[in-house]
Amino acid sequence: MQQKVLTFLGRRRNWTIPYVLFLAFFVLVPMVLIVFYAFTNAEGAFTFANIQKFWIHPEAMNTFLYSVVVALITTFLCILIGYPAAYILSKMEARKAKLLVILFILPMWINFLIRTLATVALFDFFKIPLGKGALIFGMVYNFLPFMIYPIYNILQKTDQNLIEAAQDLGANPRQVFLKTVFPLSIPGITSGVIMVFMPVISTFAIAELLTINNIKLFGTTLQENIYNGTWNYGAALSLVMLLLIGITALLNGEGSSRAAEEGNLI
Amino acid sequence: MRQTTDIITVEHLSHAFGNKTVLQDINLSIGKGEFVTILGPSGCGKTTLMRLIAGFLKASEGKISIAGHDMTTTPPHLRPVNTVFQKYALFPHLNVFQNIAFGLNLKKLPKEEIQKKVKQVLKIVIMTDYEERDVDSLSGGQQQRVAIARAIVNKPEVLLLDEPLAALDHKMRKDMQMEIKAMHKKLNITFVYITHDQEEALTLSDRIVVMSEGVIQQIGTPTEIYNEPKNSFVADFIGESNILNGVMIHDELVEFAGHRFDCVDKGFAENELVDVVVRPEDIYIFEMSEAAQLSGQVTSSIFKGVHYEMTVITPEGFEFLIQDYHCFEPGHTVGLRVKPFDIQVMKKERLCNSFVGTIVDKSHVRFLKTNFKCNSAHKFPIGSKVRVAVEFQNVILHDSEEEGVLTGVVSFILYKGDHFHLTVRTKDKRNLYVQTNDIWDDGDTIGISISPESIHLEPV
Repeated sequence: MQQKVLTFLGRRRNWTIPYVLFLAFFVLVPMVLIVFYAFTNAEGAFTFANIQKFWIHPEAMNTFLYSVVVALITTFLCILIGYPAAYILSKMEARKAKLLVILFILPMWINFLIRTLATVALFDFFKIPLGKGALIFGMVYNFLPFMIYPIYNILQKTDQNLIEAAQDLGANPRQVFLKTVFPLSIPGITSGVIMVFMPVISTFAIAELLTINNIKLFGTTLQENIYNGTWNYGAALSLVMLLLIGITALLNGEGSSRAAEEGNLI
Repeated sequence: MRQTTDIITVEHLSHAFGNKTVLQDINLSIGKGEFVTILGPSGCGKTTLMRLIAGFLKASEGKISIAGHDMTTTPPHLRPVNTVFQKYALFPHLNVFQNIAFGLNLKKLPKEEIQKKVKQVLKIVIMTDYEERDVDSLSGGQQQRVAIARAIVNKPEVLLLDEPLAALDHKMRKDMQMEIKAMHKKLNITFVYITHDQEEALTLSDRIVVMSEGVIQQIGTPTEIYNEPKNSFVADFIGESNILNGVMIHDELVEFAGHRFDCVDKGFAENELVDVVVRPEDIYIFEMSEAAQLSGQVTSSIFKGVHYEMTVITPEGFEFLIQDYHCFEPGHTVGLRVKPFDIQVMKKERLCNSFVGTIVDKSHVRFLKTNFKCNSAHKFPIGSKVRVAVEFQNVILHDSEEEGVLTGVVSFILYKGDHFHLTVRTKDKRNLYVQTNDIWDDGDTIGISISPESIHLEPV
């Protein structure tokens, strides 16, 4: 018996069993369930009604488009603030840079709900009204580190030889940046975009708290439907989002695989 | 071959990283259109010198002029110099055409002209029809060609090549050497070629600059460097050689390996200690006869393709490396002969180790940051500065670091026929020169000690 257990443990392949089970139960089965619920009605009969409802129902569609716009703005702002920050970090002495990166990441150690509640308190304290502005602020504040880190990572690994080669061929510092450093860092940006854009669409807590439930994002609609027991419609909305994630991932396919090769976050 | 106009002049150039000096008082001028090779072992400062010329480093001291202008502080993008990097440094986000056009695009040349120039240069490096290829999909040799094309398409005054062939295999390297040489002839651009490969240097160059430890050891044409090395370092580094201790009896007569030989060197003091170099192919080897200046026994014989390489040991215990088309089997007694013209006599760089030290107490003197027991320390007042001399053979090396009073690393080994002459580098980068019969390896960490009676002191 003991011998059998040992040979079982001795095979490295067997060590993956818990992981496979976990994936099956918590990823694969839920996915199948989403698809199942999306194409059935409350009685369990096959139907396209849920998907149709999303297309015809202006409210859900509007929330969806609004969420995409919010996500686009957030992502754009994250790049605008994050890229220079990452660039400055990459130019710094390694030890100082590491310390600063930790400072950037440190707020991530606090649960984001608590962080967002604190943001609400901060806005109250300075008497700034909550709403659209606060929402974007909250989003950027929460997701900025996910943009900085992959860009910093790739900039820091930029081959010094390539920069010298560009200088050698007659590029001034501005041209060196535009023609080599920036194009070479695009995989980092891609990686950052994936980490910011999709989560922003699906987050509901930040929107709820920072707009006192005035602005609904797609995540909120989703959550409401599940909460109210309209599982089939909720599943259809989830499916739409999954498709969007799938499309983004496919579009970024090449970029993200390159980023992964170069040791980025994903 | 040297033309009168100098394209690069380097004057009193020194460079240090932190407090580590890597280049010391370099003076060099390179003529327009010349092919100059900077040759030396790794860590000799050749790459630093190249980076200073390209402008990637700012010189600590000295002046660099290129094409008649002082460019000591000019940033790299304003220098009329292009570089072929050791690891090619091709832009991975651009294809072959875009890589080569990089410099031309920056100059804002019209599209058709860029097209034409890139096509031309691809023809020169024999890479026609590769324009659209991804640089990552090219082989090492092809990447090298693109790197060369990218540099020469800008028609620079000077082309710097930093060990461009180091990553290629032997056969490919040979072919590329010939191509680079042909390119140099065709383009009329000054080539400055950095390498540690002496054969490459001899094959390619109009002139060779031999460097070691941040100092230029010798500048000369390949034949000058090969036939008349200035010191034992150059002789040992360029080609195979027999280097022996000798005594210059008087002009044109030198004694080494226990015998006197006619030579052609003059200008040494009588009985001056010298280093003697004889190239292995310059020693005649034959059946023992009247004509022999030296006799000896063959100890090994290896076939090297064109010639045989044999070692012969003389009755006095000196070993000679000999290359000849005829084979003499090990154990055979042979006669040796060297023509006066083939004996190269060199001044010795130093006759003993010398330091400035301080008397610590009645029995100790301090130098190399270490206290040494010394029999004659009591003759000097405590705290006074003295000149310390230690003969090469009196430095004792130990296998284990603990046995010595000081540790060091063997950094250079020279075989002198019947003993080894080692350069040992201590922790604080000082050199100790040691004569020994024991075999050590380059890079060995060893303990060093000196017996109290062999430390000689003199007032400063």
